[in-house]
Amino acid sequence: MGEMIIVAEKINTSRKRIEDAVLSRDDAFIIQVAREQAEAGAHFIDVNAGTFVEQETDYLCWLVETIQSEIDLPLSLDSPNPKALSEAMKLCRREPMVNSISLEEDRFKSLLPVILSHPCHVVALCMAQTSMPTSVEERVEVGAELVERLTSAGIPIEKIYVDPLIQPISVDTNMALAALGAIKKIMENFTGVNTICGLSNISFGLPERRIINHNFLTLCIYSGLSAVILDPTDKQLMTALLATEMLIGRDEYCQNYIEAYQNNRLT
Amino acid sequence: MSDFKALSEAVIKGDTATALAETQKALDAGSNAQELLDNGLITAMNEVGDKFSKGLLFVPQMLRSAKVMQECTRILQPFFQEGDVTSKGKVLIGTVKGDLHDIGKNLVSMMLEGAGFTIIDLGVDVPPERFAEKTSEIKPDIVAMSALLSTTMPSMPLTIEALQKANLRDKVKVMIGGAPVTEKYAREIKADAYGSDAGAAVVKAKTLLGIV
Repeated sequence: MGEMIIVAEKINTSRKRIEDAVLSRDDAFIIQVAREQAEAGAHFIDVNAGTFVEQETDYLCWLVETIQSEIDLPLSLDSPNPKALSEAMKLCRREPMVNSISLEEDRFKSLLPVILSHPCHVVALCMAQTSMPTSVEERVEVGAELVERLTSAGIPIEKIYVDPLIQPISVDTNMALAALGAIKKIMENFTGVNTICGLSNISFGLPERRIINHNFLTLCIYSGLSAVILDPTDKQLMTALLATEMLIGRDEYCQNYIEAYQNNRLT
Repeated sequence: MSDFKALSEAVIKGDTATALAETQKALDAGSNAQELLDNGLITAMNEVGDKFSKGLLFVPQMLRSAKVMQECTRILQPFFQEGDVTSKGKVLIGTVKGDLHDIGKNLVSMMLEGAGFTIIDLGVDVPPERFAEKTSEIKPDIVAMSALLSTTMPSMPLTIEALQKANLRDKVKVMIGGAPVTEKYAREIKADAYGSDAGAAVVKAKTLLGIV
């Protein structure tokens, strides 16, 4: 098993400072945030301009070009909008990740041609056609159908990242177990596939969300999660990630953990 | 006026056993069911909503209090004749077209119900025409819309447009909410109010209908 794939989440216009930087075309600030995340261990830099409904395409393209001008990492294009995605994809110098497609009828139909038009990695969100899955079984069922439909369309399974859909533990105390069980089953049932998730949805409606997100990450890793969307500049979170990976035998000679220590990156 | 302090406290704490016992005790002592509902249960839920908005209580606690209130209301039911309970107002609620997220909408419904409103929930992925049809059918005081995605927010002005076309816009108040939604957006699309969370939604709904 390879090391955890890290998709760095900070360049999102729902964050005030990123929104301001995009509006004022402050390329230096965007590059700085991208660089910090790259240096902290990111494999993909996520870009999201979804809050600008009308101008999303323009801003997403601007973000892609701005970051690429200085940072040599592939990007994760975070949008359900086919136009924004296809325009941004054309600009990508390295094979991007598309975040995300789902089983919702319109979304699947409109995004499939886009992700087939260029080589890319694709996040497959376990959102069913008309509802959000709640149990392990429902998630696995939706995930299986996505994997099936995407591979038969020609997407290599290694480029598919199934997102089990994280829902808040505050409204249903089984939500973490449902996601963790789905991660495990999907990794077992589909050799070569990736699983991915963000961490913050789990803690909606609760205090000290960071603590919950951190601990959820370690459980996800133990369940087999192979990629994660997070803020890699969060040293505590990255420390938890490295330690957990080492503890479950995913860090040969404990090399990554020790290196992080030697580079003063553990907290 | 009867004092329902112990009952209110039990609802706020989410203590079902005590709340049920206090409700029964008050009824046995001859308390009026409407008064018990208003000054015991609804008062408690208002406080829960207020504390939630302030970050002093959290979603699971709000859910638990709402559940306690529901259980207590069940004991009160036989004391009300059909249509006897005075509703604070009728709210038609739903998550807009293209959006399947229901958690925020459900929290708002629950707190509005706790505050004494009558809720008609259209579920998720509700097309503008459906909001309009149902508005014409049941004549709510408020139409409440939820959206969790910036991509589905545009369904909100489309729903307002559908209400206009059906000549219903001036007969209802429209309120909106959801993670990407803002006060500014509410003004832009000419909604009547924006609720930043379930507690705030109750306050806004009352303001819209002039309830103190």
